[in-house]
Amino acid sequence: MSQNSQTPRGEMVKIMLNGAEVQADPYWSLLEVIQFYGIDIPTLCHDEGLTPYGVCRLCVVEIGSGDKTKLVASCMHPVWEGLEVRTHSNRVIKTRKTILELLIARCPSSKKLQDMAALLELKEVRFEPLNDDCILCGLCVRMCEEQMVAKAIGFAGRGTDRYITTPFDMNSEECRKCGACMYICPVCELRCQGPQADTVLCSGCINTEPVCAPDYGDAMCFMVPCLSCVKGPEDVK
Amino acid sequence: MTANESKLDSIIDEYNAEPGSLISILQDIQAEYNYLPEESLEYVAKRLDIPRVQVFGVATFFKAFSLKPKGRQQIHVCMGTACHVRGSKKVLEELERKLEIKAGDTTPDGEFTLETVNCVGACALGPVVVENEEYHGEMTPIKVESLLNSK
Ligand code: SF4
Ligand code: SF4
Ligand code: FES
Ligand code: FES
Repeated sequence: MSQNSQTPRGEMVKIMLNGAEVQADPYWSLLEVIQFYGIDIPTLCHDEGLTPYGVCRLCVVEIGSGDKTKLVASCMHPVWEGLEVRTHSNRVIKTRKTILELLIARCPSSKKLQDMAALLELKEVRFEPLNDDCILCGLCVRMCEEQMVAKAIGFAGRGTDRYITTPFDMNSEECRKCGACMYICPVCELRCQGPQADTVLCSGCINTEPVCAPDYGDAMCFMVPCLSCVKGPEDVK
Repeated sequence: MTANESKLDSIIDEYNAEPGSLISILQDIQAEYNYLPEESLEYVAKRLDIPRVQVFGVATFFKAFSLKPKGRQQIHVCMGTACHVRGSKKVLEELERKLEIKAGDTTPDGEFTLETVNCVGACALGPVVVENEEYHGEMTPIKVESLLNSK
């Protein structure tokens, strides 16, 4: 994604990724490199099939060394020779959690955000819940424009009044009702309506989840009750 | 007042129907009609061959554009920090009372539009009220009457 005019296509650069020297293609985004090496970092507004947009900031990583470090959104950041990257430094983890807190405060009903909170072990949300139904990630807009080539929806307004809409807020004749925008929306899918359905952070799974859950998300083991496998606190993630 | 196509054509042709000149085109339409009639936006989208939602997005992004008809006299009350501490809120309330509209609205006779802005860059004169680009400094609720009658 990143265009590095000095390096001809096919030539690799060396970067330091979490302390290990690895090769990277300077035409890739930093996020693509990180994912290529199998490091899992959360992303939200990014989708492989769409132009990077860089608005959710969840893909934050720290670059640089010494006292010259900074946080960048990896999905929009280029790679260059000698770049130093840390994907899980304390600063990154703290920032990532704060960003997620803000997003959840905006849309506590999103399953995707709640799942992410469980994985990042978010314990609290310090912000007033807005209970909105859109986090303005722009995925639907890009999906509609780039994959469906319909350009039926877009942003209107600005600042705190920004919202997603059809032209003139009316039924859009460009829309072909394909549903792709809803398919890709991270907020349209509602979280589980379990015992704590109206709290800001459900985190039901964070406290009782046995170590196996993140790896076998869809499977249920046969031990009854669940958690029988947990012998001591060291087994609980 | 609705947009007429030959008028719009002449505005659009001035910019060679360049999609990159969308903002300038909308500015000219706004200057012509005092607002952006919906048909004019539809027409601009068609002529520039860009998605309607893009035109709508730009038209709603800038405060200088309005999709609703505006009054012949546009009154902007500064609510910036300096004007606020000097009592611009009282001035605004007085204007709302006199005109019988809320900030952001236009009087039914189409004469006045009342709006708030955040700092017009004349803090030393605060509270400032701008009436059709004319600055009135050190406003008080009492001066509102004469401001409204001045035209
Ligand atoms: S359903 Fe309509 S708005 Fe949504 S992606 Fe399809 S064409 Fe676009
Ligand atoms: S509607 Fe959904 S996909 Fe579209 S911007 Fe909002 S949260 Fe993102
Ligand atoms: S995934 Fe990079 S900013 Fe959203
Ligand atoms: S605050 Fe009113 S002019 Fe600056």
